[in-house]
Amino acid sequence: MGNQQAPGDVGEVERFLGKTGYVSDESLATVVFLALRMQRPLLLEGEPGTGKTALAEAIAEAMDLPLIRLQCYEGIDATQALYDWDFPRQILHLRAIEAVAGTQAGGASGNASGGPTADPMLQDAEKSLYDERFLLARPVLQALRESPAVLLVDEVDRADDEFEAFLLEVLSTYQVTIPEIGTVKAATPPIVVLTSNRTRELHDALKRRCLYHWIDHPGLERELEILRSRAPEVSEELARQVVTVVQNLRGRDDLLKPPGVAETLDWARALESLGASELDLETASATLGALVKYREDGDRVRQALDRMMAG
Amino acid sequence: MAHDADEIVLGFARALRAAGVPVTQDRAQEFTRAVALVGLDDRRATYWSGRATLCSCPDDLDRYDQVFHAWFNHRDGLPRTVPSEEQPRVVTSDLSEREENAGGVPDQDDGDPVRAMASRTERLRHRDVAAMSAAEKRLLASLFARIAPRLPQRRTSRHQRWHRGTIDAQRTLRESLRRMGEPADLAWRRRGTRPRRVVLLIDVSGSMSAYADALLRLAHRFVVADGGRHVDVFTLGTRLTHITRALRQRDPDRALIAAGETVPDWSGGTRLGEVLRVFLDRWGARGLARGSVVVVCSDGWERGDTALLGEQMARLQRLAHRVLWVNPHRGKDGYLPVQQGVAAALPHCDDFLAGHSLATYDELVEVVAHA
Repeated sequence: MGNQQAPGDVGEVERFLGKTGYVSDESLATVVFLALRMQRPLLLEGEPGTGKTALAEAIAEAMDLPLIRLQCYEGIDATQALYDWDFPRQILHLRAIEAVAGTQAGGASGNASGGPTADPMLQDAEKSLYDERFLLARPVLQALRESPAVLLVDEVDRADDEFEAFLLEVLSTYQVTIPEIGTVKAATPPIVVLTSNRTRELHDALKRRCLYHWIDHPGLERELEILRSRAPEVSEELARQVVTVVQNLRGRDDLLKPPGVAETLDWARALESLGASELDLETASATLGALVKYREDGDRVRQALDRMMAG
Repeated sequence: MAHDADEIVLGFARALRAAGVPVTQDRAQEFTRAVALVGLDDRRATYWSGRATLCSCPDDLDRYDQVFHAWFNHRDGLPRTVPSEEQPRVVTSDLSEREENAGGVPDQDDGDPVRAMASRTERLRHRDVAAMSAAEKRLLASLFARIAPRLPQRRTSRHQRWHRGTIDAQRTLRESLRRMGEPADLAWRRRGTRPRRVVLLIDVSGSMSAYADALLRLAHRFVVADGGRHVDVFTLGTRLTHITRALRQRDPDRALIAAGETVPDWSGGTRLGEVLRVFLDRWGARGLARGSVVVVCSDGWERGDTALLGEQMARLQRLAHRVLWVNPHRGKDGYLPVQQGVAAALPHCDDFLAGHSLATYDELVEVVAHA
């Protein structure tokens, strides 16, 4: 598979993900291992900012495979996910054929139309219209063609449920049929990662095809490890303080949107770029916009920080 | 006592199904494949592979943990000590013949049975649900089948073909291709419409118990009318319960029983503000309430902090397209919205409706359809 062998056991998965800077734990490594070995799509759910998308990137990097990303949105359909024909170019091509045929017909004026040569010419022209070069491969088709690849279907819960049915079809056979060209089948099934923020319940049929994993917020030690590996420029002291504050905030239940790991990283980097090597109230409240995204939350966090610093 | 590996694994899948996790045959097979890969002797890897193959939503995870613990960690010969989740059932009242007769007596002198029936249902439509006898309730239940909710519509970002509107450039080009690139007819398109999501939040606390049955029947009509794709139903009490799945069954009585088994806090207290916050955090803000029509059915008796309720209602109104508050007491003579909960919530509602009789439910359905 690819340029890198598929891992032999769970520990190896943890190591190779770790090499790319993605800190996983036993549960995640086991699920990734199973997804690779059983060739099943992996469905990741969890709070925003817990590293669902980053996992797909890490797998691609670790196995040295191209990452092909399909961002879902409301109203996405097969032409955006699978393939489309390049209509303007087809028309240009047609005009070109016309022009060429016109000059040829002008030269040999005897056999203008309906003759024995017109039919094959027409067929050729038609065939050349549906040539590979006019085919715009969208992410799913691209993934099937470039097969050892990682296909990331991001935020699948945003797409309509009709689109889920379409995905189901592709994910169960790893092949698509284009009427004008034929069937494209992946030589080796791509590694598929689906992510969802649970804005709606996904269809059971789709879930059944996938291995399911719920990514939770990491604990203190693991988050610290993530921070160290992702933002090595942040000083040890600052990192520990930042993670302690964030963990503390997640434990509270009055925040509208508790910060995710992505916010932790942003905040630590923001503090670091202001030259802080330790957490102080002034810089902390100046950079709070990186951590919480609601005004109400900002006020609450500022009060909490006041108390934490005093204590 | 030694068992076959297959027996242990498939038995576990069955136990999990008995505990309420929807484990299907193919999932069980996936689980056996996964265990074969990681090895059954590795307890932790078995745990994680089961979680990945047998569970499908966060609600399943707790149950999975319990069953896994009971199945793999039990000590031989000792009784298992994992406490089962308490699931109080719906209390159905006794339907006695006496009441049926009492209800039937006034209609006996009416010569035309059809008209008698019609006038009886007509009267029933305007009666307070809470004051009905058991027999009347039974008749009322059959009347619910006539309620046909329609979902409100919204504009979508996708276009659909139409005979006027704006020019559909792509389709015009595509059609001109058929004429060797000669443009001829113009194709038109307009914005499509889709059903707007409707979220029903039904208070099932003690003070609402007389109306809970009728409101759930109404919710069932909503879910069935749409196939459950754009309707979500939650019960509010001391905690929040998602009951859409239970209500998806076509038969109303079965659906209600299933819902009753799902709800753990039937006829308990209310902490509207807190439960509403849980709803907004876990479901609403993620997209369920965004741009949808939210119907809160409650009498507004709040045991907790009313300031919190007001704050959460304000949040809800900012997210939702329309917020409707249905209060069973509203239609009664001399009602004033003075309960602290209602007073705190009212400024953040778009409509304040009655909800004590069938006629008012018809009205509610109309309001939702045009929201």
